[in-house]
Amino acid sequence: MATPGQGSGTGSQPNRLETGGLVDRSRIVRFTFDGKTYTGHPGDTLASALIANGVSLTGRSFKYHRPRGILSAGSEEPNALVELREGARREPNTRATVAEVFDGLVARSQNRWPSLDFDVMAVNSLLSPIFVAGFYYKTFMWPSALWEKLYEPAIRRAAGLGRASDEADPDTYDKATAFADVLVIGGGTAGLAAALAAARTNARVILVDENATLGGRGVDDGADINGNPAHEWVRTVEAELSSAPNVRILRRTTAFGTYDGGTYGAVERVSDHLAVAAQGVPRQRLWRIVAKETVLASGATERPVVFGGNDRPGVMLAGAVRTYINRFGVLPGRRAVVFTNNDYGASTVAALKRAGAEVVALVDSRAQISDEVKRIASEAGARLLLGAVVTGTLGKKRVTGVTIHTRTGEEERLDCDLVAMSGGWNPNIQLTTHLGSKPTWNDKLLCFLPGTLPHGMSLAGAVAGDFTLGKTLVGGTSAGSAAVTAAGYAAVSVPVPKAADESDAVAPLWRVKSPNGKAFVDQQNDVTESDIELAEREGFRAVEHLKRYTTLGMATDQGRTANVNALAIMAEITGRTIPQTGITVARPPYTPVSLGTLAGHHREKHFKPTRLPPSYRWAKENGCVFVETGLWLRPSYFPRPGEKDWLETVKREVTTVRNAVGICDVSTLGKVDLQGADTAAFLDRIYMNGLKTLPIGKCRYGGMLREDGILMDDGTVARLGENHYFITTTTANAVKVVQHMEYCAQWLWPELDVQIVSATEQWAQYAVAGPKSRELLQKIVDPAFDITDAGFPYLGVGEITVCGGIKARLFRLSFSGERAYEIGVPARYGDALMRRLAEAGKEFGACAYGTEALGVMRIEKGHISGPELNGTTTPRDVGLGGMVSTKKDFIGHVLGKRPGLVDPERPALIGFRPLDRSQRLRSGAHFLKRDAQATAENDEGYMTSVAYSPSNGHWVGLGLLKRGPERIGEIVRAYDPVRGGDTLVEVVSPVFVDPEGVRVRG
Amino acid sequence: MRIACPYCGERSLDEFLYSGDATVKRPDFASPTAANEFVSYTYERSNPPGMHRELWYHSAGCHAWLVVTRGIATHAITSVEVARDVALNEKPATKDSI
Ligand SMILES: [Zn+2]
Repeated sequence: MATPGQGSGTGSQPNRLETGGLVDRSRIVRFTFDGKTYTGHPGDTLASALIANGVSLTGRSFKYHRPRGILSAGSEEPNALVELREGARREPNTRATVAEVFDGLVARSQNRWPSLDFDVMAVNSLLSPIFVAGFYYKTFMWPSALWEKLYEPAIRRAAGLGRASDEADPDTYDKATAFADVLVIGGGTAGLAAALAAARTNARVILVDENATLGGRGVDDGADINGNPAHEWVRTVEAELSSAPNVRILRRTTAFGTYDGGTYGAVERVSDHLAVAAQGVPRQRLWRIVAKETVLASGATERPVVFGGNDRPGVMLAGAVRTYINRFGVLPGRRAVVFTNNDYGASTVAALKRAGAEVVALVDSRAQISDEVKRIASEAGARLLLGAVVTGTLGKKRVTGVTIHTRTGEEERLDCDLVAMSGGWNPNIQLTTHLGSKPTWNDKLLCFLPGTLPHGMSLAGAVAGDFTLGKTLVGGTSAGSAAVTAAGYAAVSVPVPKAADESDAVAPLWRVKSPNGKAFVDQQNDVTESDIELAEREGFRAVEHLKRYTTLGMATDQGRTANVNALAIMAEITGRTIPQTGITVARPPYTPVSLGTLAGHHREKHFKPTRLPPSYRWAKENGCVFVETGLWLRPSYFPRPGEKDWLETVKREVTTVRNAVGICDVSTLGKVDLQGADTAAFLDRIYMNGLKTLPIGKCRYGGMLREDGILMDDGTVARLGENHYFITTTTANAVKVVQHMEYCAQWLWPELDVQIVSATEQWAQYAVAGPKSRELLQKIVDPAFDITDAGFPYLGVGEITVCGGIKARLFRLSFSGERAYEIGVPARYGDALMRRLAEAGKEFGACAYGTEALGVMRIEKGHISGPELNGTTTPRDVGLGGMVSTKKDFIGHVLGKRPGLVDPERPALIGFRPLDRSQRLRSGAHFLKRDAQATAENDEGYMTSVAYSPSNGHWVGLGLLKRGPERIGEIVRAYDPVRGGDTLVEVVSPVFVDPEGVRVRG
Repeated sequence: MRIACPYCGERSLDEFLYSGDATVKRPDFASPTAANEFVSYTYERSNPPGMHRELWYHSAGCHAWLVVTRGIATHAITSVEVARDVALNEKPATKDSI
């Protein structure tokens, strides 16, 4: 017989048994809890190590700040939530029952102040009448002004859980995808048997289990398989699976969600059991597992019994008591009362007795039980109290006794330091319900069993209602064989391991009548059985209403130990059956998943990678200031020594372009290459303006609409050959336009011969703009090519070579309004071409310019850009109405003619300048008639783009004004209440520079 | 969800973009009732339970537009066809008609 420990090797762990358990007793790990140092062994969870050290108080409850301890031994734990680690790795609300101890682990209790032992917020218990169900809705409603300032901050401070670190997470997280013929979820006896049966074929098998070690309840219960301790059979099977090349075992891995097409989400806690992850190893890994067949062997979770003070430290699930004894070799108490409604009371009594504890009594709510259970109780020297219930617990921070209501109606007190309770078992059916399947109630087993299973899923073990060890092995083996056969493999006959079928009889006991003290249903959210009664009295009888009104099942444990009890109690109160009352259906995740894991490596630059334009290196060497536009890092402006601010720089860049020549990287524009006999016809249907007449060697501005008549994008169309076109899009729409074109070519007009390929990344393209642009280009373009105005007029396009034979494309296009060209070379020459242009430009006084100067010059010329192409404007709105063809079909033609879109009252593009030329304009300002009140009804449009115009010496703006083009000369108010702006502006032509357009033609 | 692209094989949902109803046909712009037909084509959709014919785009794959027949409650996919083939079958070549 094992005895708790005075022996050697257990250090100072008073509740560590001399023998037993699967922890590594040869090694000691040291950890702290609330600042005090304790020891444990590798293989311990924080919970088992705390129990070994006699620590039973681990936290305070959410609302009432009641002392709480360890209820369970698994991922369902509602109470023992702790903060782990420190600094940037501090992690709140971790279940002590699944956190493995390691040397140097720092753990802290939560939700207590100033200390766990003395918590001032425990006065909330005295205020409990106001914390009842629905208190959020009732108590703090009026006066509403107090809600934000007083009630909410106070509640958040008083009722809360742990604190997350406010530093960036220093760990890395990984994502992986795996494919399996058979996925087995759960590494208990059923899952192991299934995996073994599947693995003996050549099928690819993946076995996932949420614990560090396999074996599940078979090991937890210390049962025998094939005549030997279950853990020995587990070790043999594990060895065979580990050495099989077709099997992957994922330990510490929780399958948290079922998704369509045999896809499962799982989190592998790769390094959570280590102080710091090894170099290059992630903290956790998110698995997407795609399986032909899946055997769900997820086991079952034990139900607490709802009685008074059932939350007091020292009250524990009976199965957890057996786990602590058999798996961890620790004894959670020395004087135990076992309280149950089922035959597992017997194995709990036996386990406690074997571990050297005194079993004061077996309290069984059933009047009749089997002789076998009676025999075990009697052998253990336990009083047998049949037809009796525990009504309450005694003690404060640890249970010191219980009150019993006997069969004959007497009250009795028993001294004890441990209450092992069991209300029966709930199969872990969550993964069967994620796709919407509804579970069914089983009246004999008193639990929900899975309903229609997702395609490709089968069940084994307790989740199927096979609670006994023998049945798990039979069911597991046959489920594994069936799954591997369904996956297309010839099953290999596997002998079924032998184990006894213990008795699993159970009778309903959902709550104890007239409990002595608060009887908790949901321990994590502090919901009591009287809250359920109150919810019922106030009409919240439907399960979904009950949940929301009481917050039942809405904590981080998702009510795994609470939901069925709550449902059953509501059924009892309302005189309905449980299925009539409702069912509980789960959504993913099965257990909490950290956001870091879902993000994986998609963080910072890996989430939003930077795209660098071809001139990036040159620009950086030349002091460029960059701006993020989408993923691109584009040159914004190029400050020179002595320039005091960006505006001075931009003025200089604009003036240089207008008087000499400037170079701008425009490679970020989308570029699409189109070829095929029907390309002209295709483009004609995509663009709003006619393109059929575009000659070879020419380009043209074009706009495309959405089918609803709104402008989608604009750019240029160049015809390089008979059936070869090259178009540009705005930077923002580069991907969208290709997708749109592919839609049109593949789906709308599949009969057209056109091939589409994105060439955005393939070409580096520079605008060379200004009166001296041709002279500069002449230094670069090979002499064989004529780029004189006669040979290469405005809107000309040519395939040329530069710098001695490098293939290039030249487009005579202008966004600035000056004589200008765009020159493209294969992207790998982009850097070199920028350097050549800058070098050759020196003698012409050239400068590089960025998006700021580009923007100023396009506003000066009245060209539209993003602020005008904003998804609400028609061609007519932005002054392009004349371009729209009336003769042909094109996307947007028909709906673009709808009355609302051609209404002359619509705001339309026009220019603005401040009446007082020294005033600055702001985009976003709304237009009002000069003497109109600033009300929404008087709104006449808004300013879309503004710039300080070096060419004019004052601010200029573009905007959408009701009947704008008819109102040139009028003075209107540009009203900007957000930034306190109220400026009188003059309506003028939107072209502020060279309105006749002479310069562009040279 | 997994979609079996006829070109790329079975691939995960996140490689695809959903793009609506594959049963609506773009009307003839020259029809006397074109205005109403285009409104219906662009905006009006019924959402019956059961199987839908949907357009999907293999954006992170081969760029093919696909017609996917899918149960909107079960997500069960019964067929994946190349949209171009579907369109050509439904509409004999009309290359010269415009
Ligand atoms: Zn594809």
